[in-house]
Amino acid sequence: MDTTSKGRGKNKLERNDRLVRLALLVVAFSAVSILLVITVFIVGQGTPIMFKYGLKSFLAGANWYPSEQLFGLWPMIVGSLFVTAGALVIGIPFGLACAIVLTEFSSKRVRRFIKPVIELLAGIPSVVYGFMGVIILVPFIRETFGGPGLSVLAVSIILGVMILPTIISISVDSLQAVPPSYREGSIALGATRWQTVKMVLFPAARSGIIASIILGMGRAIGETMATIMVAGNAAEIPRSLLAPVRTLTSNIALEMSYATGEHREALFATGVVLFVIIMVLNTIANATSAKRRKQP
Amino acid sequence: MMRHRLALVLLALSVAFSPSCRGGRSQTDMTLAGSTSIQPFADKWAEVFMEKRPGLGVNVQGGGSSAGIQACKSGVCQIGMSSRELKGDEKDLTEIVVARDGLAVIVHPSNPVRGVKLAEVKQIFSGDLTNWKPLGGADRQITVVTREEGSGTRGAFQELVMGKTRIFRGAITEDSNGTVREIIAHDPHAIGFISLGLVNEQVRALELDGAGANEANIRNGRYKLVRPFLFVSRGEPTGLAKEFVDFVLSEEGQTLIKKEGLLPVK
Repeated sequence: MDTTSKGRGKNKLERNDRLVRLALLVVAFSAVSILLVITVFIVGQGTPIMFKYGLKSFLAGANWYPSEQLFGLWPMIVGSLFVTAGALVIGIPFGLACAIVLTEFSSKRVRRFIKPVIELLAGIPSVVYGFMGVIILVPFIRETFGGPGLSVLAVSIILGVMILPTIISISVDSLQAVPPSYREGSIALGATRWQTVKMVLFPAARSGIIASIILGMGRAIGETMATIMVAGNAAEIPRSLLAPVRTLTSNIALEMSYATGEHREALFATGVVLFVIIMVLNTIANATSAKRRKQP
Repeated sequence: MMRHRLALVLLALSVAFSPSCRGGRSQTDMTLAGSTSIQPFADKWAEVFMEKRPGLGVNVQGGGSSAGIQACKSGVCQIGMSSRELKGDEKDLTEIVVARDGLAVIVHPSNPVRGVKLAEVKQIFSGDLTNWKPLGGADRQITVVTREEGSGTRGAFQELVMGKTRIFRGAITEDSNGTVREIIAHDPHAIGFISLGLVNEQVRALELDGAGANEANIRNGRYKLVRPFLFVSRGEPTGLAKEFVDFVLSEEGQTLIKKEGLLPVK
């Protein structure tokens, strides 16, 4: 009697355990399945039209006139790469300088104040960055350098600021992860602090720093709202830093409200191209950070 | 047992989230869909119409001219709204002009250029004319601002001004009348086009071919940039749709939109 009731209790516990495990599994896989659904949907909606008009005219065509069945994405692909490169030119020097100062040349008190402030930057909604850009940066560029102000330069600066928190916080983490013995050894050999940073810490933290840059790059290429507000969105390859530019993301957001039929499919195709570019970036980021973990 | 309970929960959820139980006006007797330029005016009409006919539900949806026309063709809505002329196979629908809207070519108020020829507007937007100087302005590059592909306003501009010529690729592209106006209000060298009803003191509408952008000139036909706001339906509207169209075309319906800056049909 005693043993059977105990057995039943154990059975019930086992059953509950199985149920909990099943429930957790379902919840865990829902995230994966959402990714799957999105991928299948975008590819399903976007690829037929790419093959209908030919991959080449889609990816290398210079004219985007959906009302005339011209779906050339080349200006937007180049535009996305331009503004991303611009963002990195501004984000990398400032980000790395800030990370080095925070880890090597500042007291703990300063660091404890500055690092949370920088991380707060990441929490500002992108529409606020865009708004600041339109109100302050664009008129400034127009009045000092000429042109419409809505330009590659404006987008680069805004995106450069937006990726700073990503670059800084990951770089700081990887610089701090360098074993103290490296630093001590270098100082003991008579190297100055800057020499230590340049010749010891940087090489040791290199893969983490690269990963931070690639993540920042992903953020810059995917940003939509701020970009659309300050880019000017001309579907043409910009001839100068002061010319307007359209990115892949803004192409979708700008035209989706009225797009029907093939035009809509072409916007999904834009999404496919963006998807592929971001996948490649993520893969590179994962590969470099995996390499970092393997290193001593 | 378990399965029953799950089914019950699902049922309860589906009932809770189904649109009919979310309160408000549950009944829809007629749907209008289409141009977002007409939508705010159609909302106004529907509001007053429903006050006169309590118990009836008129539902107004956006989506753009093309989507509205398609929805009407397939019978999803009784009336489609279009801010551009019908084309190609859309022509077998019945169209009713319910209002007219002027298109204004606008510049910064400080711009010395008062008026241009329509042909010059075409040259500016095709990218052939890039400097204000030949037009009597400063020796500065023209910042051309246009709307995005698919927009009804761009469609009307393309048809009325550009014809077969393309708007050049380098033109700055924005996705609403408001943004276009905002950019031109802050850039002394910019030019763009918006609905005449939306011109305010921040920008100035140019005279075209010597005719100022105002109601009198549109009435006597001297100002050429006018687009019709259309209701379309499959065959002549009947029943409730007919009543609604009659209301819109009545004295009262037309006065309503005049107050909002549109031009009445008659």
